Amino acid sequence: MGTSTVAQVLKRFDYQKYSAFIALVVLFVVSAFLSPFFIRPGNLVNILSQVSYTGMIALGMALVIITGGIDLSVGSLVAFDSLIGVMVMNYVMGSIHNELVAILTGIVATLVLGAVTGFANGITITRGRIAPFIVTLGTLAIFRSLALFIGNAGEIQSQSNIYGEFGLANVLWLPLPVWVMLVLAFVLDIVLNRTRYGRYLCAVGSNTRVAVFSAINVDRVKVIAYTITGVLVAISSILLSSRFNAVSTSNTGMGYELDAIAAVIVGGTPFTGGRGTIWGTIIGAIILGIINNMLNLLGVSAYLQGTVKGLVIIGAVYIQRQRA
Amino acid sequence: MSETLLETRGISKDFSSVYVLKDINIQVIRGEILGIIGENGAGKSTLMKILSGIYPPTSGEILFEGTPVHIHGPLDAKLLGISLIPQEFNLISQLTVYDNVFLGSELRLNNGLLDKKTMMARTRELLSELSVDIGPEERIEKLSTAQKQMVEICKAVSINAKLLIMDEPTTVLTQYEIDILFRLMRRLRDQGSTIIYISHKLKEVKTICDRVIILRDGSVISTEQIGNVSIMDMAQRMVGRELNQVFPEKRRPAPDVVLEVQDLTIHGVIEDISFKLHRGEVLGLAGLVGAGRTEVAETILGVRHAEKGRILINGKGVEISRPVDAVANGISYLSEDRQGSGILVSFSVIKNVSLVSLASYCRYVIKLILRQKERASAEVHARRFNIKAPNLDTRLEFLSGGNQQKVSLAKSIDTKPTVLIADEPTRGVDVSAKQEIYRLINSLAAEGLACIFISSEQEEIIGMCHRVIVMKQGRVMGSLEGERITEEEIMFLATGIREGVA
Repeated sequence: MGTSTVAQVLKRFDYQKYSAFIALVVLFVVSAFLSPFFIRPGNLVNILSQVSYTGMIALGMALVIITGGIDLSVGSLVAFDSLIGVMVMNYVMGSIHNELVAILTGIVATLVLGAVTGFANGITITRGRIAPFIVTLGTLAIFRSLALFIGNAGEIQSQSNIYGEFGLANVLWLPLPVWVMLVLAFVLDIVLNRTRYGRYLCAVGSNTRVAVFSAINVDRVKVIAYTITGVLVAISSILLSSRFNAVSTSNTGMGYELDAIAAVIVGGTPFTGGRGTIWGTIIGAIILGIINNMLNLLGVSAYLQGTVKGLVIIGAVYIQRQRA
Repeated sequence: MSETLLETRGISKDFSSVYVLKDINIQVIRGEILGIIGENGAGKSTLMKILSGIYPPTSGEILFEGTPVHIHGPLDAKLLGISLIPQEFNLISQLTVYDNVFLGSELRLNNGLLDKKTMMARTRELLSELSVDIGPEERIEKLSTAQKQMVEICKAVSINAKLLIMDEPTTVLTQYEIDILFRLMRRLRDQGSTIIYISHKLKEVKTICDRVIILRDGSVISTEQIGNVSIMDMAQRMVGRELNQVFPEKRRPAPDVVLEVQDLTIHGVIEDISFKLHRGEVLGLAGLVGAGRTEVAETILGVRHAEKGRILINGKGVEISRPVDAVANGISYLSEDRQGSGILVSFSVIKNVSLVSLASYCRYVIKLILRQKERASAEVHARRFNIKAPNLDTRLEFLSGGNQQKVSLAKSIDTKPTVLIADEPTRGVDVSAKQEIYRLINSLAAEGLACIFISSEQEEIIGMCHRVIVMKQGRVMGSLEGERITEEEIMFLATGIREGVA
C-alpha cells in the first residue's frame, strides 16, 4: 500500500531522539522572524558564549542525572572554586613575583579543588547512603556560605593583568569558553556512547540491582560522575573568573544549578536516568540561551525570564512524557 | 445453561506495525476455569493485557456480559470486575502486605481515615486461606518471590472479581503451594467466579482447567474441552511440530572439584552449608520455597556476606565480598528475578549480552568499546540460543519472557565462567524454550562448565541433575544421586520427614 508508507515512515521516525534539535531549529526560525537583530553573527556568538559556562557544567550534570542522581551544589561551587583559585593566584604572585607561575598555580589549584569537592559529594552519597538531592542541597548551602565567609561577602579582584585576558580571548572566530564547551562535549559524547564507563553509567541508572549483580562497581561509577562534574565546574570557574578578572562571592554562579539541570532536561535526557545525550544537553543549553536572548531583544523584563525558563522546563518534560 | 461472560470479536494488536495478535475471537463462559496456552510470543500476555486495560487493542471489540465495553485502564477493568495477576510483580516493596492487597481499593472509616484494622483482618483471613505464613504488616521487600506471588493472588482475590486472570501464577511456587492455589481456584469457581489461567505447565492446565484455548503466533489454533485433549496434543499444537525427548541425556562429570563450599553460615538464613561441585556436573538445589536456596547462591556470589565458612575455587580459598570478585573467580549467576536483577529491559540485546563481560570488548586506557567485536559475540549467542528478536539492537522490553531469559543466560555465560549458578532458569518460559535451555545447560556442562541448578520444578531437577542437595530452612537435609533422585525422596527431605546423609 503506497499511501501508508509515508505514514509509516513518519511513525517510525525517532522523534524522541531529535526532538531537542527540531525545537532548536523551530525556535531559531521563529526568533529570526521576530527580531532582525537576532541573526546577526555578533548576537549569535554572544548567545553561545553566554551559555558556555553553564553548558559545560550541564555536561557533567547529564552524567549525574543518567545515574539517577542530581547535583545541586554546582552554582555554589563555582563561587567557591573561583574564589579559592583567585586567592591562591594572588598569594603566589605576592610571594614569588612570577605572574605566569602564579596563574598556572591558581588554575591547577582550582581544578584540584573541583575534583576534590566533586569526589566529596560522590563519596558522601555512596558511602553514606544519603540521597543525592539531600547531600548536594547541603553542599549548596555549605560552599556558598564558605565563599561568603572567606571573601567577606564581597568581591575579590585578581592582581594579575594577564589572567583577565584569556577568558574573553577569541580563537578562530569564537570565544575560548565556547571552544572549551564544544571540545568537552566531543570528549564526553565519546565517553558516554563508546566507552565501558558510559555503558556502566546507563546500566546503573536503569536498574542499580541489575548493575550490582552484573559485577559493576556501582559506587565507583557514581563517584566518578560527581568528580567529573566537579572538574567541569572548576573549568567553568576558571573561565568565569578570568572573564571578570574578579570573583563576587554573592553573585558568581548564582542559579547555575537551575540552568544546568534545565539544559539537561530540555536536551532530552529523562530525569529518571538510565540514558541521556551529551549533544542534546548542548542543544538544551542553547535553546535556553536563545529564549533569554529573545526576551531581552523583545524588551521583556529581566525579572520575568525565570518564569519563562521554568515554563520551558516543565513543558519540555511534559512533551517527553506524552511521547513515551 | 452456560452463559458467556466475556467475548472478544476480531481483536488485533500490533506494536510498531509488527502483529502480535491477529483477529482473536474467544468466549469465556461464566463459572469456568479457562486455560490459555501457547509458546513465548504467542500473544497470551498481550491478550490478557488488553482484557485488563493495560494495552488498547489496535482493532476489534470486547463484550462483557453481552455489552460492548471500552477498557481504558486497570481501573476500568476493576470497575467491570476484571482482575489480573500479572506475570511480573506489581507490588510496592516499601509498603506492607495489607497496604498492597488493598492498594487502590482502600477501606475507609466514616471520617475518611484508613480503616487499617479491617484491612489487616481481611488480609490475615485471605493469607490464611492460602496457608501463607506471613503477617499482614510485613513489608513486601522482606518477602521471598513465592510469598510475593501469594500476596499478588490475595490482592486479586480481595476485590471479589467476576473475572480473574492469572498469568503464570505458579512459576515461582512449589508443588505444595500450587496445591493450595488450585484448591482456592476450585472454590472460587464453585462460588461463581470465572478464571482465565495462563500457564506453560501443561500438566497443571490439564489438572485445573475446564476448557483450553491454544494460541500460536498471535492466532487461536484450537479451543477444546479439557477432557478431549492429552498433554502431548496440547504441546504439539502449541509448538506446531512433533516434540521429542524433553531432557537431553546426562553426561558423566569429571572427577576434579571446581567449587567447594565449607560451613557457609549466615545466622537465621543459612546454616553450615557444605558441598563440592565437580567439573561438568549439574548439581541440583531442591527444597520448598524459602528453604534458602537463592540465599546460598547470593552468598557464593558475594551479594550476601557469610558470617562463617569458606569458598574454595579449584582447591584454593577465595575471598568473595562483591559480585565483581565472584566474576573474577569464574562464577556466574543466572538470576531467578529476571527483570529485578538479571537483565536491563531498556538495553538492547547486544548491550545486555556484554554487560558483565564488557571488559573483554574494550581497548585502550579509556576502555573504548569495540562495537564490531561486541556485535559479533552477541550474534554467536543469538544463533546458539535461538534468540528471536527483530534485530540485535531491539530493546529487551520488546522481547517475550523466554527470549529475555535466553539473553539473560547468554549474558551469564559470556564471561566464560567455570561455575554457573542457574536460579530457576526456566521460570516463565514455554515448552520449547525450556527444552532449548536444558540443552544449552547440558552442552555447556559437557564442555566442562560446572552448574548449580536451582529449581522448584521436580521434573527439571530429576531430568537435569547428576546430584541433588535438598534444603530445608537454610540447612542441607541430605543429598541424592543417580537413581535415588525421585520426587518422593526429594519431598521427604524437603519437608523434613526424612533426614538423609549430608
